[in-house]
Amino acid sequence: MAETAESHRVSVLAGAGAGGLGALLIGALFDLPAHAGLTAQVASRLTESGVAHPVTAVLLNFRGYDTLLEIAVLLLGVAGVQALAGPQAPTLAPLPRDELLDALARILVPALAVLALYLLWHGAYGPGGAFQAGAVLGAAGVLLRLADPRDWREDQGPGPAVRAALAAGLLVFAAVAALAPAAGSPLLTYPAGHAKEFILLIEATLTLSIAATLVMLFLGPSRVRGEAPP
Amino acid sequence: MSLAVFYGGAGAVVFCIALHGLIARPSLLRKLMALNIMSSGVFLVFIGLARRTVPSDPVPHAMVLTGIVVAVSAMAYALMLLRRLHAQGGLNEEGGFARDSGESRG
Repeated sequence: MAETAESHRVSVLAGAGAGGLGALLIGALFDLPAHAGLTAQVASRLTESGVAHPVTAVLLNFRGYDTLLEIAVLLLGVAGVQALAGPQAPTLAPLPRDELLDALARILVPALAVLALYLLWHGAYGPGGAFQAGAVLGAAGVLLRLADPRDWREDQGPGPAVRAALAAGLLVFAAVAALAPAAGSPLLTYPAGHAKEFILLIEATLTLSIAATLVMLFLGPSRVRGEAPP
Repeated sequence: MSLAVFYGGAGAVVFCIALHGLIARPSLLRKLMALNIMSSGVFLVFIGLARRTVPSDPVPHAMVLTGIVVAVSAMAYALMLLRRLHAQGGLNEEGGFARDSGESRG
């Protein structure tokens, strides 16, 4: 592993440093001041948040601003990956035709789609919501792409429908967030009594957007439309 | 030792192991993996500390969910950068930065 004397010395020093940091951190954990956390504050306002699960309420209502910026980060990630597109080989070489993969995709993709819809709806009552459903739907999209019989060397990149799906989550969330300042309340205040409907709308578009983002991140930069293949 | 401190300590241990890997491993891909594992350690510390109250504190859970998504985006972009660097000959045999790479921009 450590080939030269210098890299061995670096490794030992790094080990000593990391060990010291670990001891400091564990010592700090034992000395944490007792704090009741924010469970009580969240529980007291849960009924007016529009959902019945505290984590979803924090994600999409109490700390909705963080989620809005998080979706922007996802979109930035996809834009960055697509910006690295160029006249180079696509990320994945075409797979040979495989009957097992075909059969697996045929069974799994519908099941994953249904599971994603269930997770999206269940987020209001228990663990679930937009991100979990988006991840499952993204997995279905990746599986579908792997079993695609077309040659990926001819792939021209994301079409207008995919681009619309990538941007839809952020656009809808930002539009809902901007509704409140137009009426005078602080940013991202849901209209009173209608929080559940708006949260569901936001989560549905977020699921689509996150699934498209994950598939595009997995596929990597595609060839820019119109460029000749290498 | 409560459950919160135990899992928080486990997260700190994971963080420090990955920190050593980040410093000591010459390959850029290994460094990226070490960064990913460091973020997993941080998430574990958050979740462990959320268990100090029963029922669990939901705010650290939401923060970790956000953190996972941001870490995925950053990892994907970093991996694509690494791949682009490799395609332009910027990596040496061990996988680290090549001092005398063929092209500096392309």
